[in-house]
Parts: sequence; structure tokens; C-alpha cells
Amino acid sequence: MAFFALKNVTKTFGGLVAVKEVSYEIQPGQIAAMIGPNGAGKSTAFNLVTGLYVPTSGEIEFDEQTIGGKKPDFVCKLGIARTFQNIRLFAFMTAVENVMAGRHVRMGAMLWDSLLHTPKQRAEERRVREKALELLRFVKLERHADDYAHNLPYGFQRRLEIARALASDPKLLLLDEPAAGMNPREKEDLMGLIRAIRDRGTTVFLIEHDMGLVMNISERIAVLDHGEKIAEGTPVEIRANPRVIEAYLGKSA
Amino acid sequence: MELFIQQVINGLSLGGIYALIALGYTMVYGIIELINFAHGDVYTMGSFFSIAIIGLLDASGQLHGLPLLLVLAVTLAGAMILCGIVGVLLERLAYRRLRNAPRLAPLITAIGASFILENIMQLWRGPSPIPFPSVVPNVTWHFGGVNLSSNEVLVVVMALALMAMLQIFIYNTRLGKAMRATAQDRDAAQLMGININMTIALTFFIGSALAGVGGFVSGIYYGSTWFYNGFEAGLKAFTAAVLGGIGNVAGAMLGGFVIGMVESLTAGFISDQWATVAVFLLLVLVLIFRPSGLLGEVLPDKV
Amino acid sequence: MLNWKKYRPIDWALVAIAVFMPFLPLVDHNGGHINVLVNAGIYMMLAIGLNIVVGFAGLLDLGYAAFFAIGSYTYAMVASPQFGLHFSFWPMVLISAFVAALFGVILGAPTLRLRGDYLAIVTLGFGEIVPQTFLNLAKYTGGPNGISAIDQPKLFGYHFGLNPLPYYYLVLVLIAFSLIVANNLRTSRLGRAWMAIREDEIAAAHMGINTTTAKLAAFSLGASFSGLSGVVNASLLTLVSPDQFKFNVSITVLSMLVLGGMGSLPGVVVGSALLSILNFFILPQASNLAATVGLHIDFTSYRFMLYGIILVAVMLFKPEGLWGSEQRKAELKESGDIAKAENAEYEEMPRETV
Repeated sequence: MAFFALKNVTKTFGGLVAVKEVSYEIQPGQIAAMIGPNGAGKSTAFNLVTGLYVPTSGEIEFDEQTIGGKKPDFVCKLGIARTFQNIRLFAFMTAVENVMAGRHVRMGAMLWDSLLHTPKQRAEERRVREKALELLRFVKLERHADDYAHNLPYGFQRRLEIARALASDPKLLLLDEPAAGMNPREKEDLMGLIRAIRDRGTTVFLIEHDMGLVMNISERIAVLDHGEKIAEGTPVEIRANPRVIEAYLGKSA
Repeated sequence: MELFIQQVINGLSLGGIYALIALGYTMVYGIIELINFAHGDVYTMGSFFSIAIIGLLDASGQLHGLPLLLVLAVTLAGAMILCGIVGVLLERLAYRRLRNAPRLAPLITAIGASFILENIMQLWRGPSPIPFPSVVPNVTWHFGGVNLSSNEVLVVVMALALMAMLQIFIYNTRLGKAMRATAQDRDAAQLMGININMTIALTFFIGSALAGVGGFVSGIYYGSTWFYNGFEAGLKAFTAAVLGGIGNVAGAMLGGFVIGMVESLTAGFISDQWATVAVFLLLVLVLIFRPSGLLGEVLPDKV
Repeated sequence: MLNWKKYRPIDWALVAIAVFMPFLPLVDHNGGHINVLVNAGIYMMLAIGLNIVVGFAGLLDLGYAAFFAIGSYTYAMVASPQFGLHFSFWPMVLISAFVAALFGVILGAPTLRLRGDYLAIVTLGFGEIVPQTFLNLAKYTGGPNGISAIDQPKLFGYHFGLNPLPYYYLVLVLIAFSLIVANNLRTSRLGRAWMAIREDEIAAAHMGINTTTAKLAAFSLGASFSGLSGVVNASLLTLVSPDQFKFNVSITVLSMLVLGGMGSLPGVVVGSALLSILNFFILPQASNLAATVGLHIDFTSYRFMLYGIILVAVMLFKPEGLWGSEQRKAELKESGDIAKAENAEYEEMPRETV
């Protein structure tokens, strides 16, 4: 079994085929991407991986297991974390609380510990807060630890979402259009951050519209159009692929 | 066997009343996804208004002079309009501000509104049961051991007729189409030039007016009412709406009759005491196992 | 997290009142007053418990009185002449709380994946079924008359008897305990999970939070508080009957939460205290006052009008309640829009439909 692979995954909604027979394999330690015009099925593919949707057919493999149709909390526990295209932070919790919530699945406090605040629970809370602050430093948000998430500027919210996702120590991190709405400088920072995440040992799988960013940092790219994979390869190969050029220039331009 | 047929007849008439109330629940939920908790009390108000109007006609000494049908028509129309107004006021005062709030907020105000309406009725006519004037002669036919009364026929006929009218309204008129469009996608409907506030108010008006009919016929059927009547009836009617598939007019009607049957058959074959328990048990089971109801479509995923 | 500068004078006043409560019976020797305070205290315990469900986890439980009934009857059946059993009060406090929690799990497990408003109605249905069942099972429960001559607690040979004073201290201790436990929950892994679920259930699930389990924990913990209060109530009244556990009780407790501020522990305390003052002092006094001027209005029979007005007015104009946090205020005002926009894409969580 592969570290991570989509195998002939199909998802239909009613009569509409959102993802059709898509296969894509990612090696550990890679930065991999999936691109395609709007409505190509990229987000649906992510939602299939994280268990929000159940595949109509096909299989999803991760870390020696098949995870297609498993629930989101189970998938997270196995080691896949994600961000969302339209930022889904816990808006009225502080930044550090958001990251601590992201750590939930790696915490051991049982009902009893939560009720009585046992020494074990207190020690764990301290550790988790430390870890959360460390992650906030990693995404350069340490000065905003006690700000409510909804008060943060847009670009900061994106970084906070990444910190929250990293809190569960994922082996695979899914980034859903992480550069959306960012200015060129922020994009530059983001690329540095994504590389740093990979260098910490987390494999990165991203969906992105920004071709420049994708071509710059990805080692492997799959292209989706109308739910089907029309190309896969290195950035150089993708750039030269006539079907990709047609898909982009022929429709979305 | 006779007991069974008798209980089916009872169940049908009981169900007719539930169905009339359920229509309002289902319409309102269909359009703004709110369980209008006060709807059961609007139904009780229908009985109260009917009693008041008949009283007025009687007090002026005209009841005997007026043809019975005219009295009934005036009473029914009056109860419908007044209940409709109560419904519109509810929406305007208690729900509209919360249309975009978390879903539980308007549900809590709806519960509050229900208590306010109940207490207004209690202030108006006191806490004891109030007799409903027996203006309609009740004829009972006997078929072997089975009794069928004209009131029972009246309830069922009223319920079916109104449902048919509502169906025609919703599917064949411009306003009905506006209601369906608003229910499906409020923002898109607004872009198409539909006046959302008007449409929602209209939905409340029609639903509440139908509850008013329910209050009127239940008064005739039971011969009395009291201020707390709507709590249980409302809950059962809501069960009917869910059972039929919420948002579905024909479903509400079907659900109403099923609930009526369950209640009367339980009362007839097990015991009166368990009838209510059976209905609420059914509510819990339906919500657990088939929240989309009998006729509810399993909605396609929106992506 | 403690920030002393944040506290307003009114916060200190609240603390001062709380500190004074144990000494109150030294000043006020009126047994009637103490008795009223015990009743108010039982409601406060109920409110603290319901707050876990409604305030912390965001689940509207309209059948909360059912667990109160279950706790009461559990104790009544094993500590009264009904079956000739006379179990000791103290272990039964825990056992009844546990039984109520168990029923919470039984009801919650199949229903907690329902959307919020359906869940509210299911709990309401459950709240109607339970007292009706106690009414119908007359052989075991005494039917409409209920169970009487329930044992009162004994502590180190001291018999509680009909004097309300020992109950007063018992309830004070239990309230203090409940507040500590509730606050512990709020600031723990579980409490954070509840907050996350309340804010964005889909995101919470993607953080590895098993939303069903977390909700179930809230539901059954809340139920256990209700069961515990039930034991105290049954032993205080020495009588349980089905009509003590109607929908009205659930709504009274809910109104306390809404008034004070859902999710806020000081809010729950203030809200329940205010409504109890209204219930037990102001309304009866108002009726007496009206009677002296020749008006015979029983204001107490219109208390639910007031609850109704509280529910509507607070939700419309001050959804965070009298003592809710700023955070909660923003959450209740804005999250509707945010959630709406965000959920457009994930409108149907397919797990709920398939």
C-alpha cells in the first residue's frame, strides 16, 4: 500500500459526477498539488479524503489503511489534517485556544480528568498550551495568541488555520487554497512556511488556483478538469502539457 | 372488528385536526426552517376566536334569524383572519429579527411566544375548560355497532378540502410559486424580485389561518377547549409534519391521519393513558430513523 | 487567565453575597425563608446542569425535567415504604445521578446526530413521555398520587427531619461543588471540544473531535446534575408525583439560563437567583398587595407569561443574557451569518442524509 493514494475515486451527487475515476499517489516528504479550473472537483476530492463525503466508488489509502468513507475525526486521528478554502476557524475562541483545540485528538484527558482537573490533566494542559504557543511562533502569530480568531486579519487567519492543523502532528497536511486572497508578499511568506512544514517531516498536499505558487513549490502536480484527471507530472511536464493549456486557456480565460 | 372500525373513524377525525395544524408547521418550516412552537397556541386561539364570534352573533340576538350556514361562514372566516393576523404578528415581532441568528435563537423565542399566547388566553377566558356553543346539529348514524357522526365527517372533509386548495395555491398561483422559490433559495428568490418579507408573512398568514380552521372544527368536534389545549395538539401535529416529511403539504396531511390513527388505536386497544406516550414515542422513533419523513425527498447534496 | 482588573464592582458584590450565604441563617431565623432558599437552590443546581448541555455544548434540551423525575423516582422507590426499601441517602445521591446519566446516554446516543431543532423536539417528547409513564405505571410509582413518606437524610446520626436548615447547607455545598465541576469542565479538553462544536461542528470534527461522543458527554453530564437535584428534592418534599416534572419545569430552568446568559456560570447563578426571587417573593407579594387594595389577581399563575416575555425579549435584544460574556455576545449576534455563508458549500453533511 502507498503512503497516500486516491485509487479510481468517483463521487456523484444525484446525477452530477463531481469526481470521476481519479487516481493520484503521493510519496512521503513531498509537496504535492492538485490544480484545475473552478468546479473541477478539487475541493470534493479533499472532502472525500477527510471523510466529509463518502466516495461513490474507488478507494483512498493512507498509511497502510483504506480510509474512504471513514469519519473526519477518525481520519484526523490517523494523521491527516486540513485547512479550509473559506477559513473555518473557531471564530470566537482565541488563537491559542484554536490551536489547543486542534491538539484535541493527541490529548489523553478522560472525562474524569476534565471533571476534577487531576494533576495529570493540569500537566497536560500546560504542555498543550506550550505546544500551541510554539506553533503560533512557527507561523509568526505569537503576538496574537490571546486575540479572538475573528479579530485577526485575513492573512493571519490563514496562518492560524495552518497552526491549528499542525497541532495534531499530522503526517499529511491538506491545504485548501492557502494563498486565496493573499498579496504577493504574503504568498512569498506562505511558500516559505509550506517548505518549512515539509522540512519538519509533514507531507503537504495542496489545492491552489495560483499557478505561480504551485509551479514554484510543488514536486508533483495533478490537473483536474470536469472531475477527471487530465494530467499528472512535475511542474515542467505540466507546463508543457497541451491538455492542461487547453483546459485553462480554453475555458477559464 | 367493530371496535377497530370505530377507532379508525375516531382516528380519522382526530387526524383531520392534526393535519390542519400540521400544514402550518410544515409550511413555516419549509420556508424559514423554524419550528414555530407557538403554532399550537394559534390553533387554540382559533377555538377562542370562534367562540367569541359566535357569542357576538348570538348576543345581538341574530343567531336564530341568520341562516346557520351564514353564521358558520362568518365565524370560520373571522377565526381564520384573526389567527392569520396573530401568525403574521408573531413572525414580525418574535422571529424576523432572528432570521440570520443561530437556529436555536428563534426556537427559544418561539417557545417564549407560545407561553405568552397561552397566558393571554388564560387572562381572557380563565384557566378552566370553556364550552363551545353547539350551533351545529350533530347527527349520528349507526352501522351495526359502529357510530359515525356528521361532525366527524365535517372534520375530515374540511381537512381534505383545505389541503387540496392549498396544493392548488402553492403549485398554480404566482404567490405560491414565490413561496416555493423562497423556500428553496431565499437569496436567489430575492434576486428574482420576490419580496421575501411579504412572502414569509404570507406563509405565516396562511399557516395560521389553517390552524384557525383547525381550532374552529375541533371546537365543534370536542364541544370545549381550554387555554393549554394547543401544547399537546401542537406537538402531535408537529410529529405529523415530521412524519409526513417536513415542508411537504401532502405529507403533513398523511402524517396527521397516521398520528390520529396511532392515538385512537392505542387508546382503543391498549389504554387511553398510553395514547399520548405512543404518539411521542413515534415522534422520537421517526426523528431517529427517518428524519426526512414518509414523503420527504432525500435531498441531493448541494455542492 | 485571571485578570483582576477585569472585575467590576458588581462582580465583587456577587462574590460578597456568595460568601455571606452560609451565614445567612444566623441572621434570618425564619424557617419559611430558608425553605424558599432551598427550593431556589435546587433550581440553581438544575440550571448549572442544564447550562452544560445548552450553554457549553449548544444543545437545546427541552426535556430536562425528565431527568429530574428519573432522579427523584429512583430515590423515592428505594427509600420509602413503597417497596419497603430504605437505602441510605448519600450513596443514592450518586446512584441516582448515575441512573439519570444512563438515561441521558440512552436517549442521546440515537438522537444527538440530529440537527439542533429536531433534537430539541425529541427531548421535549421524551420530557412528556417520562412523567406520563410514571403516571401510568401506578403499580410501581403510585400513579397520580406518587410516592410519599420518602426517607430523609441522616448524617452522623443527625436526622434532617422537617427542619430546612440542614437542607440549606446541603444545597449550598452541592451548588459549590457543581460550580467547581462545571468550571473545570469548561476549562478542559472536553470544554474546549464543546466550544469548538458550538462554533463550527464540521471544523471540530476535522480536528479529530468525535462530535457525537462529546455531545453525549454533555447530555449525560447535564442529566446527572438533574438526577442529583431530584434526589435532594424528593427527600426535601418527602413526596414525588408526576405533576412535579411537567414541561413547565424545563422551561423555568431554561428561562433562568437565557436570562442570566447561556454558557456563563455567573450568569446562570444570577439568572436562577433572579427568577427564584421573582417566583417565590415578588409574585406572591404582588398578589398579596393587590388583594389589600381589593384586586384579586393571582400573579403567580401568570409567571409563565413572564418567562415567555423573558425568553422573547432576551433573545431579541440581549441574546448573551444579563451576565453573558462579550465573546458570547459576538458569537450569538454574528455566527449565524458566518455559519450560513460557510455552510453554503457543505450544506448537506452527507453523513446525516445517507
